[in-house]
Amino acid sequence: MNIPGRQTLLYGIIIIASLIAPGVMPAYQTQLAFLWLMVVFALSWDIIGGQMGYNSFGNIVFFGLGMYATAVVQRNMHFDIEEYVHVAGRVETLTPVQYLEGLFLGMGLGAVIAVAAAAVLGACILAMGMRGQYFGICTLGLGVAAGELANGWEYIGAGSGLVTPVFPDQLGERGFFFYYIFFILAVIAFLTLRWLYSGRFGLAINAIRDDEDKAEAMGIHTTRHKIVAWCISAFFLSIAGGAAGHLIGFIDPTEVAFAGPTFGVWMILMAILGGKGTLWGPVIGAVIFHVTQEFFWTYLFGWQRVALGALIVCIVVFFPMGIMGWMRERWPERFGYRVEKSQAAGASGGGEL
Amino acid sequence: MDNLQILISAPIFSLQLLIDGILIGSIFALAAYGMAMVWGVMKIINFAQGEFVILGGFLLFSLTRVGFNPFLAIPLAAAGLFIVGWVLYHIVIVRIVEKDLFISILATFGIAILLQQLMNQVFGADVQTVDPGLDTWFLFDNAITVLQIKVVSFFIAVALGIILALFMRKTRLGQAIRATAQDARSARILGVDTNRVYATTFAINAAICGAAGALVVMTWVIQPFAGLAYTIRSFMIVIIAGIGNVSAVIFAGLGLGAAENFAGFLLGAEFQAAFIFSLLVVILVWRNFKLRLQRRYLK
Repeated sequence: MNIPGRQTLLYGIIIIASLIAPGVMPAYQTQLAFLWLMVVFALSWDIIGGQMGYNSFGNIVFFGLGMYATAVVQRNMHFDIEEYVHVAGRVETLTPVQYLEGLFLGMGLGAVIAVAAAAVLGACILAMGMRGQYFGICTLGLGVAAGELANGWEYIGAGSGLVTPVFPDQLGERGFFFYYIFFILAVIAFLTLRWLYSGRFGLAINAIRDDEDKAEAMGIHTTRHKIVAWCISAFFLSIAGGAAGHLIGFIDPTEVAFAGPTFGVWMILMAILGGKGTLWGPVIGAVIFHVTQEFFWTYLFGWQRVALGALIVCIVVFFPMGIMGWMRERWPERFGYRVEKSQAAGASGGGEL
Repeated sequence: MDNLQILISAPIFSLQLLIDGILIGSIFALAAYGMAMVWGVMKIINFAQGEFVILGGFLLFSLTRVGFNPFLAIPLAAAGLFIVGWVLYHIVIVRIVEKDLFISILATFGIAILLQQLMNQVFGADVQTVDPGLDTWFLFDNAITVLQIKVVSFFIAVALGIILALFMRKTRLGQAIRATAQDARSARILGVDTNRVYATTFAINAAICGAAGALVVMTWVIQPFAGLAYTIRSFMIVIIAGIGNVSAVIFAGLGLGAAENFAGFLLGAEFQAAFIFSLLVVILVWRNFKLRLQRRYLK
């Protein structure tokens, strides 16, 4: 079979398998929904972390912004705020139409806020030329500061968190519904990035990663590209955040919304595990990481977080090139690199990065 | 900002905040000194710094539980952390010491998470403190209270700082550490066993943090997940002071302690952590702005 045919077949198998997965394994619906959330995490981190070489530790900010924006819109549209805070969200069940209205409007508004935030932060941080470890630590500070601010802000529930409205029964099961939301989001994110990476934009941000000064000297608008890349990352994360808040049902400022030590680190780790700077790497990394993590929860209960910490250290120290990086070293001809000795170069050109 | 009225109507109270802040700042400066040392010598930003501090605190806490005098237990906590640092170096850090900074940040961040969770499992998630059994001084008609333990820990921190500075200047090992910081390759050519220097540096840093943590648990409280704030404080102090500038580290540490105490009072305790992390962002952006003004050519 020729290579485009094989690719279509691969995509087809993945999509069909994903569409029927929650039906086949109804007990794992929520975990599967989280699996797609992890894919979105890893993909959106990899835009700036992998492809652009700006290792952000604080992308979780946009996730939390989207989550809070969606929940607040949902709350303010349908409920009296005082009363809602008082009874922790158990006022009355919404009709499906109200619920969906609030959810999608909130996700839209969350995306606008997050993209605006990314643009402003980008103008303050990226446009000023902050790079390397300083950028990483600055974003880490942003992530934690956002969580602490949310922790003290009464309007959004402060430290006691915010409860999202009860999922209406008429829409079916909660896990089922959100599985498809996250699935669609992940597919859209993947296809968007595939399109972006195959064009001028991808080349420009790769040039920034390789040597920013030279890229600028060659006439690439580095600042503009950096900010746009961060905005794209923020866009997908905020929408994922809006849906995740409603799936989890309870928004804790530091444990769920701005969860730097968990989600914030995992997104970096998944991209590294799969191979950062590749299109498929984050997807593979997210799947493997999420499955491993679920195994830890099941079989190492109580010690799962310790094991996870050990896993982080092991991946970073022993496997920093990731699965795709390892495969590229092992079979370079499959990735379209010329191999001098063998004549494998003739059969190359298929696998995309 | 209601508390601003209090400060205006009773100016003596700001003296109280200043004293408390400076006394606690000495401990921050101690941890920052260790971070600057590792950063300068090994080119690693140790993100497990705060976790070392907290672990030192928990070690002292456990030692006093089995009947040790808290002050005699400080060297033991430091020694325990020295071993932890030594072991961690030989398992993990040795593999990342010459890789790029991002890998080292992420790896030490992983160590931080691992240590947090281990402490959570072993010591529990509760807030702990150790009562050193000292009194309180009342000054100016009881307007100002000074806990004696804060003064004692201030002087312990200063003494440790002086010992370290002397160690770096006078001993062979200290000279080897400074030589490695200047140029690792040349030091290796001239016969310095840089691997051993790295291991010792990392272990000494852990020991410093252990001593700092032992002081923290006596003057304040500790909790398994409170480490990140100490890491960030150390990082900020090093950024402000510059690597290898000891006196600046001390002043930056004391200043940060005072600033944080005022902010905690004015904004409310729930925003104190938010203040630290926002301050980090502001400092980095400001530093970057200043650097940008300096650069006139493309590297």
